[in-house]
Amino acid sequence: MTPEPATTPTAAARASAWARLRDSDILASFLASKVTMVSAFVTVVMLAGAAFAPWIAPTNPFDPASVDLLNSLLPPRWVEGGDPQFLLGTDNQGRDLWSAILYGMRVSLIVGVCGVAIAATLGISLGLLAGYLGGRLDAFIMRVADIQLTFPAILIALVIDGVVRALFKGVAREHTAFGVLVVSIGLSFWVQYARTIRGSTLVEKNKDYVQAARLIGIPAPLIMLRHVLPNVIGPVLVILTINLALAIITEATLSFLGVGLPPTQPSLGTLIRIGNDFLFSGEWWIVAFPGITLAAFVLAVNMVGDWLRDALNPKLR
Amino acid sequence: MLAFILRRIAQSVVVLLTVGLIAFALFRLVGDPINQIVSLDTPQEQRLKIRAELGLDDPVIVQFGRYLARAAHFDFGISYQFRQPVSTLIGERMPATLELSLVAALFSLVVGIPMGVYTALRRGSALSSAFMALSLAGVSLPTFLIAILLRYVFSVQLGWLPSFGRGAVVQLGFWSTGLLTPSGLKAIILPSITLGLFQMTLIMRLVRAEMLEVLRTDYIKFARARGLSDRAIHFGHALKNTLVPVITIAGLQLGSLIAFALITEYVFQWPGMGALFLGAVQNVDIPIMAAYLMLIAFIFVMVNLVVDILYAVVDPRLRAHFQTA
Repeated sequence: MTPEPATTPTAAARASAWARLRDSDILASFLASKVTMVSAFVTVVMLAGAAFAPWIAPTNPFDPASVDLLNSLLPPRWVEGGDPQFLLGTDNQGRDLWSAILYGMRVSLIVGVCGVAIAATLGISLGLLAGYLGGRLDAFIMRVADIQLTFPAILIALVIDGVVRALFKGVAREHTAFGVLVVSIGLSFWVQYARTIRGSTLVEKNKDYVQAARLIGIPAPLIMLRHVLPNVIGPVLVILTINLALAIITEATLSFLGVGLPPTQPSLGTLIRIGNDFLFSGEWWIVAFPGITLAAFVLAVNMVGDWLRDALNPKLR
Repeated sequence: MLAFILRRIAQSVVVLLTVGLIAFALFRLVGDPINQIVSLDTPQEQRLKIRAELGLDDPVIVQFGRYLARAAHFDFGISYQFRQPVSTLIGERMPATLELSLVAALFSLVVGIPMGVYTALRRGSALSSAFMALSLAGVSLPTFLIAILLRYVFSVQLGWLPSFGRGAVVQLGFWSTGLLTPSGLKAIILPSITLGLFQMTLIMRLVRAEMLEVLRTDYIKFARARGLSDRAIHFGHALKNTLVPVITIAGLQLGSLIAFALITEYVFQWPGMGALFLGAVQNVDIPIMAAYLMLIAFIFVMVNLVVDILYAVVDPRLRAHFQTA
């Protein structure tokens, strides 16, 4: 037999998925909103810049051999005294700022994505358990969530950061900083997922298909994962987008406050922290370019998130 | 009604006890605090003496009980870092943080409400769009970036306002205030704008949304039919009805303001509690971390409790609901 019968159904499915997207309201609303399109473009460009940093950046800022202290504090190329070798100038250690920003974006994004992944996994699991099993466990999880919700995430992240630092005092900060940040962000953002998932699970678990699955003897964990989860996961998508921006801000804030990533593996926040010290001596570019990058990225992601929320909300259509 | 209030108070106590337990657990989790205080070549007997002085030899449960009893008397132990009582350290810095938070809250109300009213009444005007764009920036930009920007423009470039510190302060009993001296007033402008900007945008958006809602209601149409002036309708009838949720949010946010003040305090080197806490996190100074946590928890719980009770008092429907529940 030719392989055609095997591939045709999937090709057809793909074509119909594409057709569904093309005919859907979502694409139409995307194309109707110029702000969203620009934001999505900015987001994609920045994601690409971060992903391909090693190939785009002229130097590797993590490599001490590529850095020369003699080049420190050079202004951007177009300013008088700038070196054509350094597009956006250099920082106090002679690192090329353009490369540092590309690599910094990468670090910020990795921390943000890992943090949000932990938060989402934790929140979704706890929300499913609380909603499906109910009872004491539900009361306990939701009470913890209530307590945590009364405190701002940045405060919780700071406390976790402080505790973990103290626990791993002997170990050099270079090795622990990344893990500490990811865990702090993960533990400070899980509540929203848990509440959303629990709410929809409470509705879903009384529907016929779940009752039927239970009657034919499917074990509870399987029902939760196979049957309930796919039906409650939708709203999480919007939270994910907006949380990514929040996680990146949290990471940047912690690094800026000096409890995040050290200067040897700079994120955008660390770069801004370094630049802030040079604000008064006239070296504005060290803080300006990382700051603009962070602001643009956060704004763009928020715009896309806002649009996604409206586009996926059937009430607003 | 009384049952409801008692239940809420009981819940609040549970929350506070939990936070107390967390704060106390910090002590037990985090290695030997003696190493924080002494140098490497301190003899063993002196270490043991300090241990006994700080009460680190007793059973865990005794230490927890003692910790809570002392906390109730505002005794949070001695800072590892400064070797001074934590309550003194926090007491010295609390006026700075509270003044900053209150001025920020005031700023957000005084600027946010008119902006919200304006954007609701003049939808689509250029200024409204500008306000909306500004509010988007205020919601999404990190506080520390705004702080750096304001500092760069108004301190470094224009040189109008001081870039750090609190200016001259006047001592009023135990309270040190910067609001009575010209340099103190000048110094609070930038930090309070930084801190209040997020809340201002929140209030502006809330007022706008509420106003748009209220302006569609029948009694506004009726007021127009009666021939009342626009001014009387907008401010006498519409705005008044939007203020309840606005004041609730502003009240609930006061706790967040105090907590978020730590970023602003760090950038502007404002001598408040947040800066103290941040230093404590960096230097693993557990007594200060624990005390700050409990203090913030107390403020949050109190604010929530008061708002809940006020709601029940104000809204009879809620009261009925609680009685049947």
